Amino acid sequence: MDLYELTIAGAMEKMRAGEISSVELTQSCLDRIEQVEGSVRAFITLDQEGALERAQVADAMRRSGRDGLLCGIPLTVKDLLCTKGMRTTCGSKILENFIPPYDATVVERLKAQGGVLLGKVAMDEFAMGSTSESCAFKIPQNPWKMGYVAGGSSGGSAAAVAAGECLASLGSDTGGSIRQPASLCGIVGLKPTYGRVSRYGLVAFASSLDQVGPLCRDVRDCALMLNVIGGYDPRDSTSVHREMPDYSSALVEDVRGLRVGIPKEYFVEGLDPEVEGVVRKGINVLREAGAEIVDVSLPHTDYCVAVYYLIAPAEASSNLARYDGVHYGIRDMNADSLIAMYKDTRSVGFGAEVKRRILIGTYALSSGYYDAYYKKASQVRTMILQDFQKAYEKCDVLISPVTPTPAWKMGENIDDPLAVYLSDILTISANLAGIPGMSVPGGFSRDGLPIGIQLQGPHFREDTLLRVAYTLERGIGVAGCAKVC
Amino acid sequence: MKISREEVEHVAHLARLHLSDAELQKMTAQLDTILSYVQKLEELDTVSLPPTTHAFSVCNAFREDEVQESLSQQESLACSPQHTEEMFQVPRII
Repeated sequence: MDLYELTIAGAMEKMRAGEISSVELTQSCLDRIEQVEGSVRAFITLDQEGALERAQVADAMRRSGRDGLLCGIPLTVKDLLCTKGMRTTCGSKILENFIPPYDATVVERLKAQGGVLLGKVAMDEFAMGSTSESCAFKIPQNPWKMGYVAGGSSGGSAAAVAAGECLASLGSDTGGSIRQPASLCGIVGLKPTYGRVSRYGLVAFASSLDQVGPLCRDVRDCALMLNVIGGYDPRDSTSVHREMPDYSSALVEDVRGLRVGIPKEYFVEGLDPEVEGVVRKGINVLREAGAEIVDVSLPHTDYCVAVYYLIAPAEASSNLARYDGVHYGIRDMNADSLIAMYKDTRSVGFGAEVKRRILIGTYALSSGYYDAYYKKASQVRTMILQDFQKAYEKCDVLISPVTPTPAWKMGENIDDPLAVYLSDILTISANLAGIPGMSVPGGFSRDGLPIGIQLQGPHFREDTLLRVAYTLERGIGVAGCAKVC
Repeated sequence: MKISREEVEHVAHLARLHLSDAELQKMTAQLDTILSYVQKLEELDTVSLPPTTHAFSVCNAFREDEVQESLSQQESLACSPQHTEEMFQVPRII
């Protein structure tokens, strides 16, 4: 086994026992990157030299008896989390030269625990997409099968973790952007409850939906990462002041007494039979482990895509108004008036998907259409929230597929945005309701593509999700690193 | 048609975007498809329902009004494509 294949917990154990150093571990990841990055294409920015320096510092810290929870662990972060002195592009040409003067809170927390940042990984432009194909710089491939999408928008995070280029990564999830790529790449991804993790320094897409979370190779690592990044932050006014449990203590292989709900609307026509088979197998694992399986209904599931593709673009159109060529990012220097400068800068800087969503959002918020579109969507959002509240009276956790199909070929549906939007149907509701959600590896398709299982829980019950996820993982096993060939 | 080419052109102006003829044609068709799809929300009666803007809202995140450390003027200006030592620069307005 090569060092890059270790989990965080495994690597920490070996480093603490003095068997390996962070420099050796980091070098193993850098060698792996050298070997597979030509195919995986996960990195927008790779900082080899800085990473090795940070690894040396981590080794010195450990020798002096001051090792944090991630001391010496090679990590990456999605390129929409601000990193002081390291370029942060958000996958967009408009920010291609942006070097933030500060760290996002979550990045600060990784660093404070001794994490070794290798670089910044690819994503759909402004996190708007489900395949990472709208990234202006690099489009990651699925490490399990070349020519297939890694998912999105945190596709670079998922691909890098699955390929062994880093041990774990941070992504963001606005409509499934952590869970979906985690599922398509055979790793564990967690979207925490809205407000659990600080978003200070996260480039905003849709502020009532965005949440930061980890992508890891197993459930234990996910709990560890959440312990590091979670908790109140006075710099994010949506951050919730609420005690945080030690999530590692939720890692018990025991689901006796837990009620696991199967939302019937998530098992509908269009669901790939192989995906359904994997999820049914997961349900059996939990049943055999002593969980009570109950049928539940989320009757407004069919409306969530329509709600999401009004609310998210509306918020995005407002958030992205800040890219005006004045304070940071690129500017078109030829324009002779202010309005022309705004228009030229934004038209050159934004890609097609971002423009499309800005237009939908601006339209939905414009005078005369606000009630019919934005307000209506916000009211239906209330119905979706109530669906979950009712379901959680009957169960503690929901189990379902993450995506209707395994990963698809790159370039498919590139001119049919609605078809891609519809593939988000199983992940979007969690963001609209603000609840936590997870994707855990469930198995592989006959074509060798990973298939994940989704768990969703009530607000702030990440501990229950982790407990169920851990039990599933014990029953099913982990996917490990992809060979990449 | 849910949206016309002229409406898309107007919305693009509001959002400070230029669209080429080809872009305008494509965007109009795509926006029309998307807006026709979201029409399905009309099936639901929402008359008495309050809208949800935040699924888990925090009310009034206050803090003491104390001066804290913040970015220096120099750091704030450093990211700007055009600036003097103390100001952001933009094309002439008046």
